Amino acid sequence: MKKAIVYLNQFFGQIGGESTAGHQPAIKEGGIGPAQELNRQLQHAEVTHTVVCGDNYMVENEEEAVKQILELLSDKEFDIFISGPAFKAGRYGLACGAVNKAVHEAFSVPVITSMHTENPGVDLYKKELIIFSGGESVIAMDEDLKKLAVYADKILTNQPLGTAEEEGYHARGNRHQIWRDDQVCAADRVVDMLLKKIHDQPFESELPVPKRDNVPIAPPLSDLATARIAVLTSGGVVPVNNPDHIRSASATRWGKYSIEGMERLEADIFKTIHGGYDPTAIDADPNICVPIDVLRAYEAEGKIGHLYEFFYSTVGTGVTQSDAARMGREIVEDLLAVDVDAAIMIST
Amino acid sequence: MVKEVERAGIPIVQMANLVLVAKNTGANRIVPTISIPHPLGDPNTSKEEQWKVRHHRVGIALQGLTTDIQEQTVFAV
Repeated sequence: MKKAIVYLNQFFGQIGGESTAGHQPAIKEGGIGPAQELNRQLQHAEVTHTVVCGDNYMVENEEEAVKQILELLSDKEFDIFISGPAFKAGRYGLACGAVNKAVHEAFSVPVITSMHTENPGVDLYKKELIIFSGGESVIAMDEDLKKLAVYADKILTNQPLGTAEEEGYHARGNRHQIWRDDQVCAADRVVDMLLKKIHDQPFESELPVPKRDNVPIAPPLSDLATARIAVLTSGGVVPVNNPDHIRSASATRWGKYSIEGMERLEADIFKTIHGGYDPTAIDADPNICVPIDVLRAYEAEGKIGHLYEFFYSTVGTGVTQSDAARMGREIVEDLLAVDVDAAIMIST
Repeated sequence: MVKEVERAGIPIVQMANLVLVAKNTGANRIVPTISIPHPLGDPNTSKEEQWKVRHHRVGIALQGLTTDIQEQTVFAV
């Protein structure tokens, strides 16, 4: 029987919720939570240990956290390392990516993980790591674990491995020499593609070029001292009664809230409804997310011309890229209508 | 959202803790914050200290809006 070690965050590692997201790495014997189920599904390996680390501790101190984890693993024997599944949880996905990469470099064992395609960990790590295409949330746990277990068993028993598409992980962009079953040579294939292109028929390139939607850099402000500045946040700060009913995750709406006559955001008037981090600090002082107090000071000393009398807010966690872009366009329309010259976005 | 604002020609600076994610999604002007649950002031420090950190980082963000950049830039804090 081969040996597997699993990485989980504080939530799935059964340490606690957001208030324990600063938890430092720890190693426990056997499989905990999802690792226990993974152990059940693996036919050729046993989960000997589970590494658990808080999401905030990992993304805020990545170098140190990774070092601690490598240290915890240094006296363990294992044949494969599995992280997650991380679904659409951004910090968890980044953590799984960072840990898998470091473990692979340090111990040269196969490493696998699973994330939803919109997890930021996918874009950052898919070139280097095998990241299975996972579900949006914990509802997909069983299915995602199964993919990981099946693939792990294949690796551990030296079975032939299929392409990213066949196996179900995010393509790394690696190219391999293969013998094609249809035995059609490249010259014939490319001419076929060309003919299809000429006739406006659909065809599939064998070398897709990744699309990256970069935006041209906006010209800088010529004079800060006369500029009208607006503040935006994805940190979920809203009036305490959340008048626009913005959801605490997967938000589809944004709100615009007046700061007229306010020198700072007061805790009994504003709070955060963000469901993706511990709200204690921002609830106690919303200015640490929407820095109205210091912007008023800059306004008073004449460094900026004018702070726009509303701020814009939504919740960033779990929002699809298309909803984020749509909300962005709606907010832009508003910014243009009120002659805002520049904006500061605070993300959490 | 940052990209949509910039697409309209309005300069925007993103203050974020996950700088790599901000870079990867395509923000052009980026200023690092100190943490996810408390971007601009550590509640374990004094109010004065929090104000100082916030004043400093927002100041860099404001300067960033007036800086002529040729490529994606993470402003040093």
